[in-house]
Amino acid sequence: METPLIEFQKVSKRFGNQVILNEADLRIYRGEVTTVIGKSGVGKSVLLKHIIGLMEPDSGQILFEGHPVSKMTKQERKSLKRKFSYMFQNTALFDSMTVYENIALPLKETTRLEDKEVRRRVLDMMERVDLHDIEYKYPSQLSGGMKKRVALARALVTDPDTVLFDEPTTGLDPIRKNAVHSMISDYQRRFGFTGIVVSHEIPDVFYISQRVAMLQNGRIVFQGSPGEIDQVSDPEVRAFVHGLEAPHDGLTGMGTRLQGEHRFDEEMGRLQRHGTAFSVLLFTLDDLDEINEKAGYHTGQSVVRAFADALKVRVRISDLCCRYGVNKIIAVLPETGRDQARQACARLAAEISAEKLLDVDPYPECRFSVYAGFAEARADEPLEQVLIRAESRKNVLYDFQVSPMEES
Amino acid sequence: MTAKLSTMIPWVPFLGRWAIFLVQEMGRMAVFFARGFFCIFSIPLQGRKIIQQAYFIGLKSIFVICLTAAFTGMVLGLQGYYTLVKFGSEGLLGAAVALSLVRELGPVMTAIMVIGRAGSAVAAEIGIMRISEEIDALETMDIDPIRFLVSPRIAAALISFPLLTAIFDTVGIFGGYVAGSCLLGINPGIYFSRVESSVSMADVTGGFIKAVAFAVVVSAVCCFQGYYTHTRSQGFGAKGVSLSTTSAVVTSCVLVLIVDYVLTSFLL
Repeated sequence: METPLIEFQKVSKRFGNQVILNEADLRIYRGEVTTVIGKSGVGKSVLLKHIIGLMEPDSGQILFEGHPVSKMTKQERKSLKRKFSYMFQNTALFDSMTVYENIALPLKETTRLEDKEVRRRVLDMMERVDLHDIEYKYPSQLSGGMKKRVALARALVTDPDTVLFDEPTTGLDPIRKNAVHSMISDYQRRFGFTGIVVSHEIPDVFYISQRVAMLQNGRIVFQGSPGEIDQVSDPEVRAFVHGLEAPHDGLTGMGTRLQGEHRFDEEMGRLQRHGTAFSVLLFTLDDLDEINEKAGYHTGQSVVRAFADALKVRVRISDLCCRYGVNKIIAVLPETGRDQARQACARLAAEISAEKLLDVDPYPECRFSVYAGFAEARADEPLEQVLIRAESRKNVLYDFQVSPMEES
Repeated sequence: MTAKLSTMIPWVPFLGRWAIFLVQEMGRMAVFFARGFFCIFSIPLQGRKIIQQAYFIGLKSIFVICLTAAFTGMVLGLQGYYTLVKFGSEGLLGAAVALSLVRELGPVMTAIMVIGRAGSAVAAEIGIMRISEEIDALETMDIDPIRFLVSPRIAAALISFPLLTAIFDTVGIFGGYVAGSCLLGINPGIYFSRVESSVSMADVTGGFIKAVAFAVVVSAVCCFQGYYTHTRSQGFGAKGVSLSTTSAVVTSCVLVLIVDYVLTSFLL
């Protein structure tokens, strides 16, 4: 089995009489986004601070690529620390410095780069996180979302191997929340860093993470993929995940993935008992990455939301729409056979194609296409299988385009 | 036995705890200062930041230093004249004003004015950086916060204090001249010749040593109080910063006067 990048072995930490970590075991693998969930005040930030070396464990050890950190020399620890970046919950930007100085600080203080090169890298990074014309502003003059992006730019400017996000989306509206999430997952893919996210945003954050760990009473009570956490029988984990899981997906206002799966199971039961046919529609938002890149994450998320709104008002009251992934929406249509599903899909495509989804044109020739597929469920077939069929060419009926602007 | 003693005189253990706390605190402050001081010389040097801080602590204090120095000198002139004239030796006014300024009042008053103007600001600024996690952010970026925040301020204080003291002394002597000669009619020639003949190099060196010692005390106390704002048990957040600033100003004023007494007794 692959050696974890970071491994906690029975790490304990107490402050006075308060036990924060109690023999916590955690494994974080290279190149993945690992999300740490848990109640407030359970010690998630303390866990992160152990990773970056701001705190030392009272007992137990932390291994980095199999080597115990406690046995490293001072020089080794220093070079290890340089591989990490930390994005604080409240951004922790330097209020008395401009945005440019904030982002340039780690480069200026820890490297010997020339001013010109520092400037080039900082401006390049600002460009990549959609910060324009604010280099001479001070953090207090920026909005919350912009501050987050400045903090992200500061965290990424040193090209770190691992980035730690301490509740990156707290206090943001649903669109910005999801914008930050897609930003993290997008940069993670692009830069290939290992991400460790502490978050409360269930289920939104599951879409971007490959692994989830849950911290409770000082222990890691669960670690595994986001799919596995739904299967866990431990009542505490279930209560937490389901208790926190919003009744609606924050961005689209549709159902959550879990609700979609439940509905699918119910319909499957009906199909098996009474033979009532039902179908599933799958919408894949195709050009989202391009829109994110060219017009910013905020625009990208607004398009998703507008599409979801358009879709919601057009389905039957008995149909359930839910967000299935970052760029996937599914609709479960009860009592609908293959032909009816085809008709429904065609009608939706025709109507939504004519819709004006965004008030402004984010960039010339902006195109937003949605790939719609449908499939009728067969008995004993799992949801994934149905979706694969819906996605396959044979069943795709309409590859319809939604233009944000009316044709000119 | 110990239990009996503490019940009989309840303040004994309290006194002991207080004394131990005080000694520990002084020790931590000394270590803190030493770290900050040695980081001044670490490569690459932080010349620009030291100049910025020297501008803030030194240059921007000149106006207030001149103002207080002028009035201190004038009041010394008035009081000195009033006392000396009783012995018929008002001609010695120049010596009295110059010696008390150079040896004593110059360094002490400068230190107290700078504490009020810059020391409180330093404590508040570092304290706010602490509570808004900016200092933690520096640590995560592998930037030594003591080197980055404290060292330039210590260097700037060490540069500024002697210079400000010199300005204070000069302006104060002219203040004494205004009160003694212009208002009370002492011959200016006599005033200045007394100034020149009475002040020896040892007096100036003594004043200089005091100024440097006060720079150490003030920069160490103010930076220390701000830096450890978060460890205060009586208040957190904004309240913690206000407590830090208050205790920075009070502690450094008291320490300046204590150190002044100790140094004077050695230098005499």
